[in-house]
Amino acid sequence: MSIVEIIIRLIIAFGAVFTFVALNALFLVWLERKVSALIQQRLGPTEVGPAGLLQTLADAVKLMGKELITPTAVSRTVFFLAPIIAFLPAPLLVAAIPIAKGVGVSDLNVGALYILAISNIALLGILMAGWSSNNKYSLLGAMRAVAQNISYEIPMLLSLLAIILMAGSMKFSDIVKAQETVPFVLLQPVAFIIYFICSIAESNRTPFDIPEAESELVAGYHTEFTGMRFALFFLAEYTQVFVLSAIVTLLFLGGWNGPLLPPAVWFFLKTYLVIFVVMWLRWTYPRLRSDQLMNFNWKMLLPAAILNLLISSVIYRGGFPG
Amino acid sequence: MTDAIYSNNLITFLLYFVAVAATIGLFFGLSVLVGPKKSNPTKDAAFETGWVSKTDASRPYPIKYYLVAILFVVFDIEVAFLYPWAVSFRDLGGIGLISMTLFLAVLAVGLYYAVKKRVLEWK
Repeated sequence: MSIVEIIIRLIIAFGAVFTFVALNALFLVWLERKVSALIQQRLGPTEVGPAGLLQTLADAVKLMGKELITPTAVSRTVFFLAPIIAFLPAPLLVAAIPIAKGVGVSDLNVGALYILAISNIALLGILMAGWSSNNKYSLLGAMRAVAQNISYEIPMLLSLLAIILMAGSMKFSDIVKAQETVPFVLLQPVAFIIYFICSIAESNRTPFDIPEAESELVAGYHTEFTGMRFALFFLAEYTQVFVLSAIVTLLFLGGWNGPLLPPAVWFFLKTYLVIFVVMWLRWTYPRLRSDQLMNFNWKMLLPAAILNLLISSVIYRGGFPG
Repeated sequence: MTDAIYSNNLITFLLYFVAVAATIGLFFGLSVLVGPKKSNPTKDAAFETGWVSKTDASRPYPIKYYLVAILFVVFDIEVAFLYPWAVSFRDLGGIGLISMTLFLAVLAVGLYYAVKKRVLEWK
């Protein structure tokens, strides 16, 4: 490949990823509002476009028309960089997710590890946002976010290990290939539950949303951010929801395996089904208290994840097919 | 060969930053262009549910999660050891299983100790 060809390919890939990030966020915000309306017996957005589908676009335009306020007390450089750092990993994560065999921007041989490593950059953005705002709510929100994220990281990594153990690879296409007959959700139900809970906690969504608990912390770490700065946090959050659902699909639900329909359709069907479940949980369960959250993680999830890893490695050694 | 891969990565890296900078520049640029620019002391003060903020937020703050962070470092490094083990699990045989079981057992004991020491209890 010549250098020009490489650059053209890269530009196409980036264009596709950025377009997807934007469209996905617009769609998911609409979906979130519709799902919450469904659960609370309301209608949700109906006015703009068919079934209110363009409502988020109108909101985005409105956000663009808002002033970018920089309060006098903030530390300016960090305050400016925080939303950018929070947004930075979102396209990088989408780029590492294969949609079907050989379809997608890249299918890294350390895919699973890469996703976990990159997704934590967003946490740095949250910490920067909370610290630089010079606002008590923001600081408390950021501190909670960091404590929660680093705690739930460990059972998440340990439950993922059980999958890597069975697939013998960290490459997503290999992991999906290992699930051609039976998806891992049936072979590793405990790992699936732990991973799913932890990834919801990592994305700071209800019932794990104490970092931005609006009834006590106003908006948590993004209290002082207005207009497009706030939109960047929002964009990052909804991309994270997509990424976590896509990873759950790839690791546990058999990825793009499925009868009749083309693989990519299966992948998106499963992913958006997982997203729907995540939203359903958000609008059904109340928020946990900070100490309940920590105790649940360190005293329940972590021992369960360690035991699950040990038991599955013993079973797997004893002649498990794979 | 190595050089080619390296320069590819460098181009990817640079292009990514150009793309992010362009996106964010577009967002912020449009926002600055369209949005109002009026400031007053009240608007520029830190938000505090309608009250005037009397104290600065950057002052000594008790971090109860300090010990949790220490625990995290221990377990995170443990996991870093486990990943290469999991990938080559098939080739390692029984020895690999036994050694990792011992390794995990030591960490489980450590977790038990931390729980008994009331590291995870907040008042």
